[in-house]
Amino acid sequence: MASKIFNHGRIERNVTILAVLSLLVVTVGGIVEIAPLFWIDSTIEKVEGVRPYTPLELAGRNIYVREGCYTCHSQMIRPFRDETERYGHYSLAAESMYDHPFQWGSKRTGPDLARVGGRYSDEWHVQHLKDPRSVVPESIMPGYSFLADRELTTGDMSAHLRALSRTGVPYSMQSIAKANEDLTAQADPNADAADLVKRYPNAQARDYDGDPSRITEMDALVAYLQMLGTQVDFKSAAPQEQVR
Amino acid sequence: MDDVLLKSGGWLLIGLIAVLTIAASADFGFSVHLAIIAAAAFVMLVVTLRNADYGAIATGVPSVVVDHGRYDDDPVRWGVLATLFWGVAGFVAGLYIALQLAFPALNLGLEYTSFGRLRPLHTSAVIFAFGGNALIATSFYVVQRTCRARLAFPSLARFVFWGYQLFIVLAATGYLLGITESREYAEPEWYVDLWLTVVWLSYAAVFIGTIVKRREPHIYVANWFYLSFIITVAMLHVVNNLSIPVSLAGSKSYSLFAGVQDALTQWWYGHNAVGFFLTAGFLAMMYYFVPKQAERPIYSYRLSIIHFWSLIFLYIWAGPHHLHYTALPDWAQTLGMVFSIMLWMPSWGGMINGLMTLNGAWDKVRTDPIIRMMVLALAFYGMSTFEGPMLSIKAVNSLSHYTDWTIGHVHSGALGWNGMITFACVYYLVPRLWSRSRLYSLRMINWHFWLATLGIVLYASSMWVAGIMQGLMWREYGADGYLVYSFSEVVAAMQPYYLIRAAGGLLYLSGFAIMIWNVAQTIRGNLRDEKPLNDATYNPEADRPLPQIARAGVRSIRSGGSPDAAVAAAE
Amino acid sequence: MSYNELRHLADSWGLVVMAAIYLVLVGWAFLPRNRQRNRDAATMIFKDPDHG
Repeated sequence: MASKIFNHGRIERNVTILAVLSLLVVTVGGIVEIAPLFWIDSTIEKVEGVRPYTPLELAGRNIYVREGCYTCHSQMIRPFRDETERYGHYSLAAESMYDHPFQWGSKRTGPDLARVGGRYSDEWHVQHLKDPRSVVPESIMPGYSFLADRELTTGDMSAHLRALSRTGVPYSMQSIAKANEDLTAQADPNADAADLVKRYPNAQARDYDGDPSRITEMDALVAYLQMLGTQVDFKSAAPQEQVR
Repeated sequence: MDDVLLKSGGWLLIGLIAVLTIAASADFGFSVHLAIIAAAAFVMLVVTLRNADYGAIATGVPSVVVDHGRYDDDPVRWGVLATLFWGVAGFVAGLYIALQLAFPALNLGLEYTSFGRLRPLHTSAVIFAFGGNALIATSFYVVQRTCRARLAFPSLARFVFWGYQLFIVLAATGYLLGITESREYAEPEWYVDLWLTVVWLSYAAVFIGTIVKRREPHIYVANWFYLSFIITVAMLHVVNNLSIPVSLAGSKSYSLFAGVQDALTQWWYGHNAVGFFLTAGFLAMMYYFVPKQAERPIYSYRLSIIHFWSLIFLYIWAGPHHLHYTALPDWAQTLGMVFSIMLWMPSWGGMINGLMTLNGAWDKVRTDPIIRMMVLALAFYGMSTFEGPMLSIKAVNSLSHYTDWTIGHVHSGALGWNGMITFACVYYLVPRLWSRSRLYSLRMINWHFWLATLGIVLYASSMWVAGIMQGLMWREYGADGYLVYSFSEVVAAMQPYYLIRAAGGLLYLSGFAIMIWNVAQTIRGNLRDEKPLNDATYNPEADRPLPQIARAGVRSIRSGGSPDAAVAAAE
Repeated sequence: MSYNELRHLADSWGLVVMAAIYLVLVGWAFLPRNRQRNRDAATMIFKDPDHG
């Protein structure tokens, strides 16, 4: 009786039923796990300070993506004592909410970079990227000296920001229109960065690679590395805890 | 006539469009890719013109008649050769980047040869090029035999093969040029993803079409696995690669999802690239080729039904175990862990079904090197599907995540299971596809088997030790309450293990080199003059009674004369 | 539907339904009258002696 309704023999003889059934079976897990992430509010806790990337930081991030840095460096600090002592406060979901794509990584051949911003000087980064073993003798990282020799060519940054705003990153019309100017303003020590800071709070404008005459790929990458993990002010919570 | 004109005109048009867009392209990498596409189109143009059946156009009678009494095996033969070709590329790239970790000078200071760009080249070459071609070739072979029908849509099948090779070339050159989305195992950019979607849907059409026109009422179990592999990979690929291109004339795009959603979508894809590409598809190979080589039906067809539905249902949930203790919500991590542990059972169901097929014929493990390879593949499948659930337990994962333990785990599955079952299937296929009485040499399979096994052992054990050591050193606290090791000290401690791992990779690669030689000789029609592997030695010359000898001869032996002289005297 | 309601469903009826589907599948596979069919399916790959 039951086997009249449920007859596996029919599935084994009908490719359409087999295909549809197996498609249904494999969609369940994905729907149950992924879909709620888009509508459960607590997935990304609201955090103050997280803003979209400036055009220069974004260009730097694209170089990070291009070179496949994620194959050796993670950007996700787990809530363990040793990790928070080694790398800083554990990572929050909100800190990567504008990351298209995410770069959490899965392997630490090199250290985690989620909070590398502000840890080292620009000069250290430039020297380290050019010749890693000149500053860390044990390092097995490839050298990236070509970044310093090459002018930053991104194409029209407005197009990049527009594409990102289509995915939901809240860039204003003005940010999109002024993207190319903002990029120059952040890397050129002589430019006026007031507008840039108005649009991107806490953005740091300076010459990053030690060559103020031009904007190189090194400028962009170091600007990105120096802002990583610096947006949320974790110190502001500390005094509150002591008051209690 | 119209047909040839239309086709060659189409190729010419595609080629010209590609050439003309080079001028408008936004970045260097994109223009290189356009050039590759143009070159491919012009090659197709020449091929179309050269292979056109002009006799048929003139007389209206086709000069070559397709033999419908044979299976359509051209794409299978090409697929086997492509599997071997991309295998070399993928294994060499793997060995090279393994050596880069031991000797960083091998990065050469060039952008094209840095670890970050070569690593995706290695993973894509072994998974999608080596594994993918093996899957396409074997699925076309198996679906024809089990349906007892020729491939549906023969020209589409050829498009699938060549289109897939173009996908591989675009993806691989893209990594070297820095065109990547930097999402693991889904690195190709938007236009390469679109192309793969077209190729993959054609693949589905050929496969399903062949099943539809089958002459057997029953759809054999191997085909269920192939079918679910094709359908699921299509779904994963499309959803995970949703992205917004910056410009239609440039390579760069931004993933539609961000942060935590992007992470889970990506690992839902990534884990099921393992689950469906590297497991379901290869299990399909197992379900056909193991019974065929053992000449016994599969151990339990009932088990295969249960195994199939449980495996595909459970696998899809396991993705979040790649994101334990990250910013992914806890409930998703727990779900991922629970389903990963449950996955152990159907995985072992498959292994048991494969291994027990040899029940009553275990002597074949000793006498048949191809069966031995299959058994080792299944043993490694069992090992890595035990290790996987174990690593997905959050407590274990807190130590193993981010370390080389994961790399060791992946390779015990990839080299042991996927590699060995592919080698065994290719050894099975080559004599049949090229109509040879047997392989060039069975003894060389033996060499391949032991070199590969030793290589895997070196690889996996060194990465286990290194990974656990790495995890423990990172969390080591001294009596003073401070971390004992700086990160760079842990890096320095890894050097010997990286060397052992590279040695393991070298052994595995040399086994593969022997295979290439063996297959090449088989295709050329040579048979190696060697002692048979599985018989006791037999020499017909020696298998006769001693000749009659005269009394004088016997005496001469007794008195110390040579027996040869005695024989000569007797004759 | 909130996360809690979903979770409640998954812990109760969802679990029961999934277990039931699983048991029906296993039960069907082991029905004695399907034995011959399974044997035929398992041996069908040996019907074709031609390897070309």
